[in-house]
Amino acid sequence: MSLQELLLLRHEWALIASVLILLVLELNFSEEKKSNSISSASILFAIVTLLGFLPAETGSTFGGMYVTDPLRILMKNILNISVLVVFLQSGAWLRTKNNYNRITEFYLLMISSVIGVNFMISAGHFLMFYLGLELLTIPIAAAASYDQYKSKSAEAGIKLILTSAFSSAILLFGLSLLYGSTGSMYFSEMEFSTNSLQILGFVFFFSGLGFKISIVPFHLWTADVYEGSPTNVTSYLSVVSKGAAVFVLVLLLVNLFDPLRQVWQQVIYGTAIFTMTIGNLFAIRQQNLKRYLAFSSIAQAGFILLGVIGGSALGMASVIYFVLVYVFSNLAAFGVVIAIEQSAGKINMKDYNGLYKTNPRLSLAMMLALFSLAGIPPLAGFFGKFFLFTAVAESGYFVLLLIAVLNAVISLYYYLLVVKAMFINKSEFPVPYFQSDYPTRIALSGCVIGILIIGFYSPVFEYIKQLCLASL
Amino acid sequence: MNILISHIAVPVLTTLALMFASTQKQVRTIAAGGMTIQLIQSLVLLYLFLQERAGGNDAVVLFKQSFAWYPSLGISFDLGVDGIAVAMILLTSIVIFTGIFASWEVDKLYKEFFISLIVLAAGVYGFFVSLDLFVLFLFFELAVIPMYLLIGIWGSGPKEYAAMKLTLMLMGGSALLVVGILGVYFTSDVEGVRTFNILVLGQHHIPIEMQRIFFPMLFIGFGVIGALFPFHTWSPDGHSSAPTAVSMLHAGVLMKLGGYGCLKVAMFLLPEAAQEMSWIFLILTGISVIYGALATVVQTDLKYINAYSSVSHCGLVLFAILMLNKTASTGAVLQMISHGLMTALFFALIGMLYSRTKTRIITEMGGLMKVLPFLSVCYVIGGLASLGLPGLSGFVAEMTIFVGAFEHEDLFHRVATIVAVSSIVVTAVYILRVVGLLLMGPVRNEGYYNFPKAKWFEKIATVSLIVGILVIGLTPLWLSDMIRDSLGTIVDKLVLK
Repeated sequence: MSLQELLLLRHEWALIASVLILLVLELNFSEEKKSNSISSASILFAIVTLLGFLPAETGSTFGGMYVTDPLRILMKNILNISVLVVFLQSGAWLRTKNNYNRITEFYLLMISSVIGVNFMISAGHFLMFYLGLELLTIPIAAAASYDQYKSKSAEAGIKLILTSAFSSAILLFGLSLLYGSTGSMYFSEMEFSTNSLQILGFVFFFSGLGFKISIVPFHLWTADVYEGSPTNVTSYLSVVSKGAAVFVLVLLLVNLFDPLRQVWQQVIYGTAIFTMTIGNLFAIRQQNLKRYLAFSSIAQAGFILLGVIGGSALGMASVIYFVLVYVFSNLAAFGVVIAIEQSAGKINMKDYNGLYKTNPRLSLAMMLALFSLAGIPPLAGFFGKFFLFTAVAESGYFVLLLIAVLNAVISLYYYLLVVKAMFINKSEFPVPYFQSDYPTRIALSGCVIGILIIGFYSPVFEYIKQLCLASL
Repeated sequence: MNILISHIAVPVLTTLALMFASTQKQVRTIAAGGMTIQLIQSLVLLYLFLQERAGGNDAVVLFKQSFAWYPSLGISFDLGVDGIAVAMILLTSIVIFTGIFASWEVDKLYKEFFISLIVLAAGVYGFFVSLDLFVLFLFFELAVIPMYLLIGIWGSGPKEYAAMKLTLMLMGGSALLVVGILGVYFTSDVEGVRTFNILVLGQHHIPIEMQRIFFPMLFIGFGVIGALFPFHTWSPDGHSSAPTAVSMLHAGVLMKLGGYGCLKVAMFLLPEAAQEMSWIFLILTGISVIYGALATVVQTDLKYINAYSSVSHCGLVLFAILMLNKTASTGAVLQMISHGLMTALFFALIGMLYSRTKTRIITEMGGLMKVLPFLSVCYVIGGLASLGLPGLSGFVAEMTIFVGAFEHEDLFHRVATIVAVSSIVVTAVYILRVVGLLLMGPVRNEGYYNFPKAKWFEKIATVSLIVGILVIGLTPLWLSDMIRDSLGTIVDKLVLK
């Protein structure tokens, strides 16, 4: 293995190096200065993120088990940015008394999980893919039960690990069927025809991955885990873990499972409708904002599937673009929820009544984030959704398109509920004015700027689309 | 700089400037200043447009400008106006200008109020100047969403219900528009990279079986905001709960986006389906016209009266468009402008009266002519325009519409026209009823004598609108010629059956 080949793995090297550096650094911090880990981890991760933007290369190593190209690098970069935002928003929570002695561990878990994400995206072999997937999930299960003094958090951790184990089993079963019928685990060597064994294998595989993306009917863990986990972990789950699974799904469906197109288009057609509709209908009833965002993210997953169904370059590009937009919008929404939870300890929708009076900037950020999720112009979410719809129309599924746009209207209703609480409703005891720490504010402003400009700056989409065309 | 770009730029810059304003005085000055500039440049636009046309420039749209935006999808920022768009832009400028003065005394979150109001206006301007379906749709939604906050925060009555209903219904309409727009985009026989450009799409053909699917989507999608029966129910609730300037802008301009979109997008791009299906929508709009007028007669709340009469008048716009000929369509555009001015005047006056009497129920008031002569006379002028008195704008518009409608000689169109014409009588009934109860008769309350007289900003608002009504009523020819010239490209595709 030459140096050239090793450098192909630079995302992973950088992450592994940062894990090691963090471990060593922590030894040098005195008892009182444990919180230094927060800034050092954030800075380290910012450097890792920046390193990711070095010119992209194409190639494969480990005998074809690991592949990389500009499109995969772009996906990793998008996810790195979102992890950075999660880290910036975690400071206040980690500084609380209960977490003071295990600050570094949080970052170690998270970065390990990101390493899993990277290997999963770059997999050229199903074993590598599976290793990545497990590495992604297991540390998060630990992080989900981080608030050990809360029983809900422990419950979330257990639920996450059990459903993950279950979904892994299903996925592995699917993989073994695929292996049995094609005789290989290398993506480049697997040849598909549409025999029923392969279709069965694919369906199991899709179901296993569906747990990660929380596609209906594999979504039942989502709301409970999102509610119980520390909010920072929830935002990681809803953005990074979901985004990574979506990216892998797109890559595999369009390239590997292309011969099964007929099959997976039908599968996605049905699941997309159920995912959007059920996610939306359940979101309407939620009072707890974490559950609310959980169902909203299920509905968003349904919209994402719309882009996948086309299986064209436009479809791929619209999915990746939408995830990019979703990252900023959802992290901004979670950022506000986290900030308010940390300062006032409130998490219910009615606690947001009259927020605009006391915290106008925070309310504006939340409004922009929700409008972007709802797809209101001129925010980035509008462009993201419109391109997804374009991808559906391109493949001629106009009925699906109609159902999707009607769902977008339903989703607007519950997004407006929070806007209404903040701007219109009155409250005798609104959340008092507060100012969150610098990193949180930087992260939040970064997200808001992203929401505001990504749509107008068209080269982003054009670049993604070019990469997708090249990868087909 | 292109005058169309500056039509979008001025509201945007005004909004940005408002963000840095702090006192109420600064906010008012900036808002009024920005919209005055906007009004002036709309007049300049009209002058330049007429100048170009007089110089023999007969291109379909003038002041064209194009910036590539998303080239791989064929989305570009295409601007250009024809006579209809110029007229609508001028209407918007007058209404927003007067709207600023009509809301001079907003003191709750005044900064946010004016920002939302002007963002809404920016959306409307963008809608009228863009030639690209994607950009047009973007501006359409941009114009709809500030309504939620405007009604929800500054409204009255069941404002939260009304705001939510209005927003969701209009967004439901725009959901249909997405499907329609994408359908047109993908089924048109454009070669190479597809395009959202309306003019290019208009030169290409869409298979008739596809047109049959997408025409109703586009027509209903725009029709929702144009108060097409049975999708008009947001209008009475929304308008009656909204604050004065928002009702003015919404009934005066936003409802016209519907008629404009139906004409320039649905009918223009899908002409064959428009002919086939026009009868269905004629029946629906006929119901709008009559039902709106009859519903008005029994209302007692001034805002509901005006909201239902708006349903009737805007129904007449769509009705005229569906007659598929030049005369009626010219009338439709005239009606949009005339109704825009009239209804803005009404809502402005209602706001002014309400700020004094604290009630909008007509049976609780009376004799206002004696205590508020200026405002009452304005109300009467608006009423007379509404019932179609010659010399005022309503007459010109309705006359043109019905003359156009009578060009059809078959029984169905005749009957429909006669039914619609009868709404004029009903209009007279409800206008005279309001004038009688509200303005005439004895003064109901001693306290009325202490009402402050009309203030300077109220006079600016009402007089500007009345001037508009009079100009159109007395010299309609330049306007109807300008509109008629621009209709050629649209109506020529709609051959009479």
